[in-house]
Amino acid sequence: MHSPEPAKQPSHLYEKRKAVFPKAVDGRFRRFKWLVMALTLGVYYITPWLRWDRGPYAPNQAVLVDLAHRRFYMFSIEIWPQEFYFVAGLLIMAGIGLFLVTSAVGRAWCGYTCPQTVWTDLYQHVDRLIDGDRNAQMRLEAAPWTGKKIFKRGVKWAIYLLIAFWTGGAWIMYFADAPTLTVDFWTGKAAPVAYATVGVLTATTFLLGGFMREQVCVYMCPWPRIQTAMLDEKSLIVTYKDWRGEPRGSVKKAEKNPGSVGDCVDCDQCVAVCPTGYDIRNGPDIRCITCALCIDACDKVMTQLGRPRGLIDYATLEDCASERAGGTPRPITKALFHTRTLIYTAVWGAIGLGLLFALGSRSRIDIAVQKDRNPPFSQQSNGDIRNDYTVKLRNMEARPRPMEVTIEGLPGGMMWTDDLPRDKAARSLTVTVAADQVDPLRVYVVAPEGTAPQKFNFVLKAKDAEGGGDVSEVRFDAPGEEE
Amino acid sequence: MANKRIDEPTGVETVGHEWDGIEELNNPLPRWWVWTTYLTIIFAIGYMIVYPAIPLLHSGTEGLWGWSSRGQLAAELKAANEAKGETLAAIAAAPIETIAPGSDLYNKAVAGGRAAFRQNCVQCHGAGAAGNPGYPSLKDDDWLWGGNAQEIETTITHGIRSPDDAATRSSLMPSFGRDGILTPAQVNDVASYVLSLSGKAPNDAAAQSGAAIFTANCAVCHGNDAKGSRAFGAPNLTDAVWLYGGSHDKVVASVTNAHAGVMPAWGAKLDPVTIKMLALYVHSLGGGEDFVEAPTTPAAESGNAQP
Repeated sequence: MHSPEPAKQPSHLYEKRKAVFPKAVDGRFRRFKWLVMALTLGVYYITPWLRWDRGPYAPNQAVLVDLAHRRFYMFSIEIWPQEFYFVAGLLIMAGIGLFLVTSAVGRAWCGYTCPQTVWTDLYQHVDRLIDGDRNAQMRLEAAPWTGKKIFKRGVKWAIYLLIAFWTGGAWIMYFADAPTLTVDFWTGKAAPVAYATVGVLTATTFLLGGFMREQVCVYMCPWPRIQTAMLDEKSLIVTYKDWRGEPRGSVKKAEKNPGSVGDCVDCDQCVAVCPTGYDIRNGPDIRCITCALCIDACDKVMTQLGRPRGLIDYATLEDCASERAGGTPRPITKALFHTRTLIYTAVWGAIGLGLLFALGSRSRIDIAVQKDRNPPFSQQSNGDIRNDYTVKLRNMEARPRPMEVTIEGLPGGMMWTDDLPRDKAARSLTVTVAADQVDPLRVYVVAPEGTAPQKFNFVLKAKDAEGGGDVSEVRFDAPGEEE
Repeated sequence: MANKRIDEPTGVETVGHEWDGIEELNNPLPRWWVWTTYLTIIFAIGYMIVYPAIPLLHSGTEGLWGWSSRGQLAAELKAANEAKGETLAAIAAAPIETIAPGSDLYNKAVAGGRAAFRQNCVQCHGAGAAGNPGYPSLKDDDWLWGGNAQEIETTITHGIRSPDDAATRSSLMPSFGRDGILTPAQVNDVASYVLSLSGKAPNDAAAQSGAAIFTANCAVCHGNDAKGSRAFGAPNLTDAVWLYGGSHDKVVASVTNAHAGVMPAWGAKLDPVTIKMLALYVHSLGGGEDFVEAPTTPAAESGNAQP
């Protein structure tokens, strides 16, 4: 609405970043975060170096995304491009898994396992290693650029860069044989895309982990926004129990005037340890990634003061309402089970079982036939009608397999190939398909003049101990009407 | 406008704008965000300088790097041709009968031949090489002038009855009816005889009378057994393949007026490597004949080498 009065003071269009110097803390959640960090980084850096014996015809890297040959290896599982639905299924499971986790324990993904969180945490430990804890870091930040500061910054950023480079370097190992690629990389023989990928990932890790940090979560990432929509009053979030803490007051004041102040002594330890610099006592916010370090910090203070822990704690909004009304706190484990989490678990499990079943029952041998359509048929000099087909025999096992292809139906039909001469045409032929390959065969099928257009089958049978096979129905074109 | 206040639920200041009760909260962007905007502007200026960007009256600025989509295409084509060079040289160096079916070189040559076929041959022989009336099918096992890779290469290079090529394959069937060599009744009888050879007509009186006419007039080229001769490109008249149609009327028309189909001598238009690849492609279509060792010269080689 129009108002003649001009704005009294200009709005701030842009916000200057307030640097965050989180304090080191110890406690149950910090130790859990250490564990998750070791696990996630360990899995990321070590996985490409695991070996897995697949015999002489397949790579021996346990996890390998072989883009050049369009194969995806994961331990005993090998996936071809047409089986990519397994990966799609895993992605759907990952999505529903996130719904499940978010519904149960809020932004646990943000707080513990998100790469941005893990690498930021790692870089903040580097800060502490080189510059010292929170106060020392703040002093150094404010200090003039003396030789000592330049040296410290140099060392720190060099470590940043080293971690970033290692991170980028580990990524490409998933796409080629890791030991070979490492040698190729350092001798300049790797593909340009390998160097480019390492360069880009080194730069992003260095920038996002070393400098952008919480800015990524607050301004760049869409996930906190989406996650907010998935939380409800039954989800566990990190909560400051204001009905217990307020009004804040010092220990002295509490001793002097019992009952007039709450448990919060306004020590600001919860803010000091927060990796995004947020004050949880202001309530839930997009800045709170629910890493729970403030719980550790507050518990430590409460223990020192001889007060019960959990002034800041994981709690659902429902629990908060009941506690505020005087109810007793509910154990966290009970909060995990409610309708939504159970439904998500059921869906997640059903998809998982479905994928496992599909994996167990998938066929490793396959025939696909494509008929030449131009011309649909041609006549031989002896009057025979010839149809041409491209028959693809797929051997998805990591060893060569002898296979037999037979014509089923089509009376009088005979076939030959580029390898089997015309005068040796037969109703069945045997080929050995190389390990992990598709063998395309040109098959020429003839039937006596007068044969009506009809359908017949190519039957594929594996001629080894494992057995198995497949059938493909195709058309035989000829002059005249179909019977 | 300046109706600023603190929004109760969020504790955030409003910017003072209000539209029908909807207010805008002041959650400012970080300072670095605006720097990324400036960076994109700087990038855009640099982009306009080095790449073609500003439209002028007849063309546009060319940019410092001189890039153009046509230039990129030319460079990519050049690179592709250079990449093919080694293969083409290997095909050029190998005599056609030594390129074994199934070998890597053979597969590459067939692929190259397929592309050349689509450019040069499909107009007459059809996209699937099934031929048309007067233009033979290249998929069957019936060859007028020889069906091994070397013969096919010769045919493509010199053509058939090509006026510009001295080495072209040539023969001429007389117009028996039109030139009055045979009477219409004789033509009719010889057609009946020819059709009876492949069982398409009964061996009746007309056919029996045609047999003598055949021996006197036709056997010199088509052979006493009517199985044709590759030396003259005379077709086998006992099989199921009829280049100009196998009905009685069509055969009568062929004997009366004769046919002399022409194929250009591609040696004048295409380079030898392309022709070699074309020959291998045609040979690969399912009707190609094996190369027989110690061949006689193409002109002297007689037909019926194939079972």
